[in-house]
Parts: sequence; structure tokens; C-alpha cells
Amino acid sequence: MRPLEGLLVLEFAQFMAAPTAGLRLADLGARVIKIERPVKGEAGRQIAIRNLFVDGGSLVFHTINRNKESYAADLKDPDDLKRVKKLIEKADIITHNFRPGVMEKIGLDYESVKVINPRIVYGVVTGYGSKGPWALRPGQDLLIQSLSGLAYLSDTADAGPVPFGLATADMICGAHFVQGLLAALIKRNKTNTSVLVEVSLLESVLDLQFEVLTTYLNDGGQLPQRSKVRGSGHAYLSAPYGIYKSLNGYLALAMGNLHQIGEAVGVDLSTYEAQNSWFEFRDEIMNLLADRIAHKTSSEWVSSLEAQGIWCAEVLTYEQTLQHEGYLAQGLKQEVNLPDGGKLSTTRCPVRINGERLYSEVAAPRPGQQTELIDQQFELR
Amino acid sequence: MRPLEDILVVDLSQFLSGPSASLKLADLGARVIKVEKPGTGDICRQLYTSNVIMNGESSVFHAINRNKESFAVDLKNDYDKQQLWELLKQADVVMHNFRPGVIQRLGFDYASVKAVNPSVVYGEISGYGDTGPWKDKPGQDLLLQSLTGLTWLSGNAGAPVPMGLSIVDMLAGNHLAQGILACLVRRSVSNEGALVQVSMLESAIDFQFEAVTTYYYDGKLPERSEKNNAHAYLGAPYGIYQTGDGYLALAMGSIPQLGTLLACDELLNYQEVRQAFELRDEIKTILAAHLKTNTTQHWLDILLKADIWCAEVLSWDKLMAEEGFKVLDMIQEVEMSDGYKYRTTRSPISIDGERFTSTKGSPKLGEDNARIIEQIIPHGK
Repeated sequence: MRPLEGLLVLEFAQFMAAPTAGLRLADLGARVIKIERPVKGEAGRQIAIRNLFVDGGSLVFHTINRNKESYAADLKDPDDLKRVKKLIEKADIITHNFRPGVMEKIGLDYESVKVINPRIVYGVVTGYGSKGPWALRPGQDLLIQSLSGLAYLSDTADAGPVPFGLATADMICGAHFVQGLLAALIKRNKTNTSVLVEVSLLESVLDLQFEVLTTYLNDGGQLPQRSKVRGSGHAYLSAPYGIYKSLNGYLALAMGNLHQIGEAVGVDLSTYEAQNSWFEFRDEIMNLLADRIAHKTSSEWVSSLEAQGIWCAEVLTYEQTLQHEGYLAQGLKQEVNLPDGGKLSTTRCPVRINGERLYSEVAAPRPGQQTELIDQQFELR
Repeated sequence: MRPLEDILVVDLSQFLSGPSASLKLADLGARVIKVEKPGTGDICRQLYTSNVIMNGESSVFHAINRNKESFAVDLKNDYDKQQLWELLKQADVVMHNFRPGVIQRLGFDYASVKAVNPSVVYGEISGYGDTGPWKDKPGQDLLLQSLTGLTWLSGNAGAPVPMGLSIVDMLAGNHLAQGILACLVRRSVSNEGALVQVSMLESAIDFQFEAVTTYYYDGKLPERSEKNNAHAYLGAPYGIYQTGDGYLALAMGSIPQLGTLLACDELLNYQEVRQAFELRDEIKTILAAHLKTNTTQHWLDILLKADIWCAEVLSWDKLMAEEGFKVLDMIQEVEMSDGYKYRTTRSPISIDGERFTSTKGSPKLGEDNARIIEQIIPHGK
């Protein structure tokens, strides 16, 4: 039995951050119902990557919203709103990511919902918090990465700002949101009253940088010094940490005893005696290593270096990773059943409970797909 | 009242993934006791980032392990082991990130702990799961990025570019915290325990769930744009562009509309939506040249008024001067037992309007032994 079985989540939220949280709750056993406007559904259905659509919704929407149901409601229609409020009476959690003021206008802000359901866990995701001059700015991932300093951590010193190439702020915020909602349920079980949970993409992406920000706050305010050598893995770590071109691809070298690594690669690095010189002379050390690494294949390097306990790996593409036995052994792929009988391959929940991998065959819902069923089950009409 | 205020977490993990999870729990109110080996303790104490030493130990250790206690035990010494067993019997949560096989050899695996503490929620993080040819590899962030395809998403087309934070470590830690919290939710109702397992491999793939699903769908590898890349799967204008005096981030938007607003006639040639992805490189080249001709603020003034999703790009010094940052109160000061103070970040989660700060700094190795032995160990539940 999954840990959250029996819990009901109403997801008014759209796009990525809160819906990824809803997905995790669903995979852990909760019943998650998206409340969407009729016919078109949430705006995220139209946002695609590589222009890919499946069964009328973007592939991205399918990935984030599988294992959920959909209830169609026009929140500006008094009858629809009445039904939604009746549903809220039965919910354990509701989530939204509307801009400040929107839920107040509809009449589903926290204070109003508390009256309808005095034990509700009410979760809100914003871009920048609900106060201050940024509160109404669009809470979009790239913009938040850019404002947060995150873009100065990757790639080389002369590359300018380089963002993380995934919706990192969205996903880490969703991850924190799950924790807040679950902690709120624990609190509710003690106090038996409603709980408000708030996270923002900006606070979350700052938390992601907590190690380097702590370093910054205590080293005299030195901004991150990225290496000038392409492939360097982390602005704050010394040589050899990074990715090197090999004869047929790329090799990653993590931290370790530099002298031992140098010997194993075939470079004499003994002149860099003191450990703090491995950071100070990072660029020249990396270049010395790169000159040697270019001469053998990645797998030759991994064979010889791993045998000496040196932390290294080949750099793989999805084509290689997804066929590799190391990946396949985890059973990470799962298939969901589309309404037309077809299947969509995606990935499963990364958390295992009691030795069990948590799979689900349920695809993302069409807009309002379960409206009638939910009306019946909860006697909303 | 903090949600986890009566929860005792005994954390045998070290480095980042496990300890970042227990930090999340500590900030939510749990009492977290780090179990460390005498002498060196958590290896992270000496893992220096860019040579930044604070109070004799690494800035990274201080960031991750504030708000916790330290219990130094020699796991090969029978008396010490007995003390640890007393602690484990009373723990609500036990966690570790030893390599597969190690915890069994030490005798503190789930089955053994469950035998004396049936309702324990037991969490473990591994590098690559407990099955398959990769399971004995070192669970190190850069290696996981490299093996799971993550390095092909950031930066411009060409060589692989790692994400410049230990993001896989942190995601695994967040996923473990989610699983632990979900099982604590259930336990608060039914008093049953559980085993929660995550791995860096599963977490790294989950982070890339959209990209992997897309690859399963169309078999095409991600292609970053030649210049100004911010996401391999999104079309122009999505990217960061140099301006006359800094940088500007542009998220999704209509190319012809941008052409009009920016007075860049060349962009009006791209009227079809699909061209934004297919002709991405040439569009970005035009944008890049045009945006250099004026300041960031000039462009922001025009674009924000038209509700175009854009933002300035800030480094931490500029960010921290902004009111939008200050209202979040993300920075807190903590104090160690010897009076050493340092600034760091706070938990990103707010519950019932409360921001979870804590003044407790990181513990010196074993500083809480006497207190724990006196307070907890004689008192069986």
C-alpha cells in the first residue's frame, strides 16, 4: 500500500512547479484531481518542447500530469464554483500558482477555503513570494534562474551567464513544495486545523545554491570564479574536476588525490604540492591533463583509472544511457495507456517504498475527463 | 509550532545528499543527530571548496550541517555500537548513504533496526540503486551527470557542459526527504514504519523526465542552439543575450511581436510559429546583434510594459541589493557552540506564514556525545 493512499489533492495549479509536486503525491498514492477550465484545460497543455503533441496535449503536459484526473470547472461560473466548493469540503490538499489577488477575486483564497474546509492544507507556489516589488513578475524558470545568480556557475569564465538547461527552478520548487505539503499534513494530524504552505521559485533556487551562497557570504563576497577551461565542472572545486575530450568522446574526472591522478593519466603534477595550489592553478593543471587524455578512448581511460580507485566516468548521451544495463536494471521506464489504445513511454517515480518501485499506467487526463465520475462519486450535482 | 517538532532523526550519512535531506527535516522541526566516526567525522568537514575555511572546517560542511547535533561513535567498537543501538531504538527516522553492502556489514541495515524499532522510517541513498553493473561505482555528482546524459543540455552546442552545482546530490536528498515525510504522514495515523530508498541515478533521470520522455518518443538527442542557448528543446527567443551594459534573459515569446516592440525589422520575416524552433539559430543571431545596441534597462522598459517575459541577469552582489530579494529574508545568521557566527541561507519552505529560521550553527565533531548519552540513551520509549 502506498503511503498517501486515501488522500485527496485538488490541483488548481498549472505549468510545471506545482504540477510536478502533484505528480509526486499521485505516485506516492494520493488521488490528484486537476481542476481545469472546460474544453481547453490548463495553459500548460499548449506549451510544448520541440513542438511535440500527443492526443491534443503537449508531450510535456503528458509527462508532468500522468496519473491524475481532470475535473472541468469555470471558476467564474457560480454553479461550477458551487460544485468545486463542495469538492473542496472533501479534499485534504489544494494547490494553486495563481498570481496574488486572483484567488481572492474568485473567492477561493486561503481565508475563504478555511471556512469551507477547516482542515484543508492549502499550498501556494509563487515566482518571487507574495510581497515586494517582484511579486507580480512572471514566475518563469529562465527569468528566475537569471535573477538568482544561478547563471554564473556553469561553463567557462568568458561564456557570460549560462543557465542550467532544464527548468531547474520549477523542479526544485516542486520538490520543496511536496515536502511542505507533507509536513503540513503531519502538523494537521496534531492540530486538527487548516495549514498554509508557501514556496516560491526564487526561494527554492536560492536554497539550491545554499552551499555556494554560504561560501560567498563568508569569503569576503567573492563572486564565483569559473575556470577558463571548457569542461570545468564547478566554479568552486579544484582541478581535476571536469570533463575532458578523449580520443572518441569525453571523460569525466571528479575530485581525488591530484598526484595519484596525474600519475595514472601520465602527467607529473608533483610541482603542485600544496592542496590549495590545485585550485589556484586549476586551469593549467586541467590543460596538462587534457593533453594526455585526448590520446586514448574514454573506455580505455575508465578501465585503467577505475582499477586504481580514481573517480571517473564516460560521458554518455541518452542513446547510450538508456540502452545501458546499468540504467535498464533500475526499471525506470514505464508506459502509460493513451485513450486511443496507444502507449506512451516515460519514467517512473524515483522514490521506492518498502522495496517496491512505484509504477502507474494511468496517462494524463483529457480536459474534464472525469467530471461526470467525480460529480457522481462526490454527489456534487 | 514546527511540524516535525517531536521527531528524532538519526543520520549516519555524510557528504551532501543524505545530510541535505536531514537538514530539510531539521528546519521543519526535527531533532537531527549526525552519527560520525571519531577523528575525522563527516568527510565533508575537510572537503574545501575554493580553499574557504570557516572555524577550521569547510564552508560547505557548515552550510549543510547547521541545526544538527553530532554524536561521534566508532562503529567497530562494541561499547560505542551499544550506545548507537539505544539511539536507534528511539529514533523516528534513521538514514544513511553508505555504499550497498556496507550498512549490512556494520549491522545497522533496515531489517536489523526494524527488529528493535518496528515503526522506524528508514531512509537510504545509494549512487546507482542496489542492482546492476553500476551499483558499486562511486556515487559522485559529476559522474552521475555524465552517465545520465545531463551534460548535453546546458551551454551552447558543442562539448558537454556540466551543471555547476552538485545538483544530483541535492535532488536525491530532496527525494529522500519526500519519501520520509510521506511515510511519516502514514505513520502518524497507523504507526507503521517503512523503508524509503532513492538513488542518485534514479533522481538524475527523474530530473530529466521531460527530455527522456521526448527521446523515447522521437529518438532524437537534444540539440543546443549554436549561441545563446538556454534550453535544447525550446525555440527562439529563449535565451540570455548580451546588451550594451549587461545581459537580458528572454523566455517564450512571439518573434514578430518582438520585432515590432524592439524595432528590429528583420525579425518580422519570421511569421510562422514553427520557425521559432526550426530557424532558431538565425533568429537568435539577429536578436543578439540588435540587443547589443542598447542597455538592459532600455529593453526591459519596452518589453515589460508589453508583458513580454524577460528579466535582467544578476550576479549575487547585485541580487542582494534588490528589494525583491530583501523582502524574502533568505539570509540568516547562525552560531556554533564556541561562539563562531556565520551567515547562511534559511529553509525555502514557509508554513502558516512562518519562515523557518534557526540560530543553531553546525556542531563540532562529537560535541553532543555527553548530552545525548545523558538525555536520550537511558530513556527507552
